[in-house]
Amino acid sequence: MAAPRTYVMIPVDADTVIIGAREVKSRFSAEIGRRGLSDQVRVLETGSFGPSNAGVLAAVQPDGVVYGHLTPEDVPAIVEEHLVKGRICGRYLLPREYPPQVPAVDDARHTQMAGRIVLDNCGRIDPESIEEYIANDGYFALGRAVTEMTPEAVLQEVDLSGLRGRGGAGFPTGRKWRFCAQAKGRTKYVICNADEGEPGTFKDRLIMEGDPHKVLEGMALCAYAIGAHHGFVYIRGEYKLSIERLEKAIRAAREQSLLGRNLFGSKFSFDVDVRIGAGAYVCGEETALIESMEGKRGMPRLKPPFPAQCGYLGKPTNVNNVETLACVPAIIRHGGAWFHGQGTPGMPGTKVYTILGHVNRPGLIEVAAGITLREIIADYAGGMSAGTFKMAHLGGTAGEILGPEMLDVPLDYDAMQKVGHVLGSGAILVMNETVRVADYLESCLRFFRHESCGNCNPCRNGTQALCDIAGRLKQGQGYPGDVALMEELVMGIKATAFCPLGQSPAAPVMSALRYFRSEIEACIDRSLVRPRPAHTDLALVGFAE
Amino acid sequence: MNRTHPKAGAAALAVRRIVSKHGKARKNLLVILHDLQRNREDNSLWREDLEELARITGISISSIVGTATFYSMFSLKPRGRHIIRLCESPPCYIMGEENIREAIHDALGIDFGETTRDGAFTLEPTSCLGSCGVAPVMMVDDEIYGNLTREKAVRVLEGIRAAESRNAAAGA
Repeated sequence: MAAPRTYVMIPVDADTVIIGAREVKSRFSAEIGRRGLSDQVRVLETGSFGPSNAGVLAAVQPDGVVYGHLTPEDVPAIVEEHLVKGRICGRYLLPREYPPQVPAVDDARHTQMAGRIVLDNCGRIDPESIEEYIANDGYFALGRAVTEMTPEAVLQEVDLSGLRGRGGAGFPTGRKWRFCAQAKGRTKYVICNADEGEPGTFKDRLIMEGDPHKVLEGMALCAYAIGAHHGFVYIRGEYKLSIERLEKAIRAAREQSLLGRNLFGSKFSFDVDVRIGAGAYVCGEETALIESMEGKRGMPRLKPPFPAQCGYLGKPTNVNNVETLACVPAIIRHGGAWFHGQGTPGMPGTKVYTILGHVNRPGLIEVAAGITLREIIADYAGGMSAGTFKMAHLGGTAGEILGPEMLDVPLDYDAMQKVGHVLGSGAILVMNETVRVADYLESCLRFFRHESCGNCNPCRNGTQALCDIAGRLKQGQGYPGDVALMEELVMGIKATAFCPLGQSPAAPVMSALRYFRSEIEACIDRSLVRPRPAHTDLALVGFAE
Repeated sequence: MNRTHPKAGAAALAVRRIVSKHGKARKNLLVILHDLQRNREDNSLWREDLEELARITGISISSIVGTATFYSMFSLKPRGRHIIRLCESPPCYIMGEENIREAIHDALGIDFGETTRDGAFTLEPTSCLGSCGVAPVMMVDDEIYGNLTREKAVRVLEGIRAAESRNAAAGA
C-alpha cells in the first residue's frame, strides 16, 4: 500500500459527537473511497483541537488547514476542491479567531525512515505534542481496535505477527497476552517494564523520550486484548526525562480522551499511571518489579504462579518491555502478516540496538532482525574507531561475549540459539584489542555482586566469590585451578539461583571462556599456592552436581 | 486509630502531608520514601520520619527500613546537598570510569559512600544510567554529564560549588 500523503483528522469527542462528527467522518471516508484516494488520504479520528464552539472540525495535514462548522453535506466539496484539486476551500475554513492548534508536519519521513517500526517517529515529531503523534497515524490502531475489532481479533493479529518479547528472553508476546486474557478475574493490569538497567542498554529510554505516545498506545492495545482497564509504567528513578515526557503524554492523552473512560465512544476504558523505581537492577525481572510496585523489597517471586495468573496485588497482570509494546500499534495498523514479513522467521520485525564502545558512531539503530554483527559495525556504526575487533558483549552485562568467529552469525533468536548463544536486550558493546578479557570480566562481575538482591545464597555469595577470583585474575595472580573453579561456580549458580538474574553471570563467564580461555588462563600465576581454609568461593563448590 | 500526638511537630506534619498526598496503602511506599528523602536537606531518610510513617500507615518500622535499604536511591545516612552518581557499569568502565573516580577523589577527597566535610557532595556508584553513548558518565542530582575526562569532571563539580556559594552570597 502506498504511504498516505494526506491526513484528514477529525476531532471526535463527547461534544462533537452530539453535533455529528461521526457522520462527517464517515462521509469523508466514503467520498475519498469513491474517488479512489484511499491509498493517499487517510481519515483519522482524534481528540479536540481546542475550540469547542466551532462545530465539527477537520484538519487536513500536512497542509495545516483546519475547516470548521462542518456538516456531512459540506464534505464532497472539500474533497473535490482540496484533496483532488489541491485548492483550499475558503468558505469552510475555520475563521481566523480560532487559531488552528494542529502543527503542520513534514511528510518526508515516509521515504527516509523506511523500515523503521519502533523508532519511525523518534526525532521526527515533537514527543511532547500528542497532535504530532496523531498526525503520524498515532492512536489510529487503538481507534480501529476498540471500534472495529474484538479483543480476540487483536490477540490473533499479535499471534500472527510472531512478535517476541524485546526485553531479552524473546517469549512470544501473543502467547503471553493469551495467558492473561484467559485468566479469571475482572481486574487485570498491564505493566510496561521501563526499568531498563542492563548496562549498555538505553533503547527504552530513547523510545520513551522520543515517542512516548507509542508506548501508551501499545499498552492500551494490550489492555484491550487481555481485558485490563488500568496500566502502569514502571520507570527507573534515574530516568528523569522519560518520567517527565511520559507523565506529560499521559496528561495529554487524557485531555484528548485517548486515555480514560469509553475510548472512541466504545465501552472500553483504560488509564495509565507512572510508577517510579528507586534503583535496583533486579526489578527488571517481572515478578521483582511487581513486588517493588507493591511497595516492597524488589525480590523475585517464586514462579508459578506466573504474573498472568497472580501478579500486581494478586490480580492477573501482563508485563511487557517498552520496545515490545511500541511494536504493537504498527502490528494492528498494518496487520500481523505484514509484521511477520519483516526480519526473519525466527524473529519477525525489527530490533532496536544500542551500539557502543570502540566504534565511530555509537548510538541507537533499528534494523531488520537477522543482520550480522559485521554489518552492524561496518554499515551502521561507521566501523571500528581504533584498533581491530576483539570481542563484542551482546545484550548487556547479562549477555554473552562473542569473539571474532561470531561476526557473521545472523542476529536473531533462533540463529543465535543454534550456535549456543542468546540475543539479549539489544546492547552491543564493541571492544578492540586494548581491552583485556580478565579486566572486563571483573568489571561485569562487580556489577553482579552489587546488584544481587540478596535473596538466595548462590547469587549473594556466588557473585562475591566470582569477584574474588576475577580480581585475582585481573592482577595476574590467579591461583592454579581458578579458571576451573570459576567455571564450576557459574554453573552451580546457574543451576541453583532463584531467578534469571541470579543465573546470569554464567552467560558472560562461559562465553568469555569459550573464546578467550587461553588469555584468561594466562592470568594464573603457577607459582602461587591456594591458601588452605574455607574461602568464600569454596562454600559453593559441589552445588553443580 | 491515629496514634500521632495531637500537637505533632512540623516534621510529623510534613510526613502526614506527604502520606495523605499519595495514600496510606503499602503500594505507595516507594513514592512516599522518595518524597520524604527530598524533603530533607541532607538527602536522606530520617529515623523520626520513618517512625512517624510507620505510625500513620501501620507498616512496621522494620519493614519500612528493610524496603528503604534495598534500593540504592535511598539512604539512611546523611548525604551531601549534591549527590554524584558515577556509573561504574562495564561500558563506562572500558571508557575510563576509574580515572574519573580517581579525579573526584583527588579533587574532593571522597570515595564511594563518602561525603565531603562541608556537606556539599556525596559520591555514590550507580549502575548504568543509560547514557552509554557518551561514556563515561556521572549524574549530579538530576543532571547527567557525559564524555567525561578527569578535567571535565572536576570542572563540573567546581562549577556546582561556585554556583552554590554565589547563591549563598546573593541570599545573605
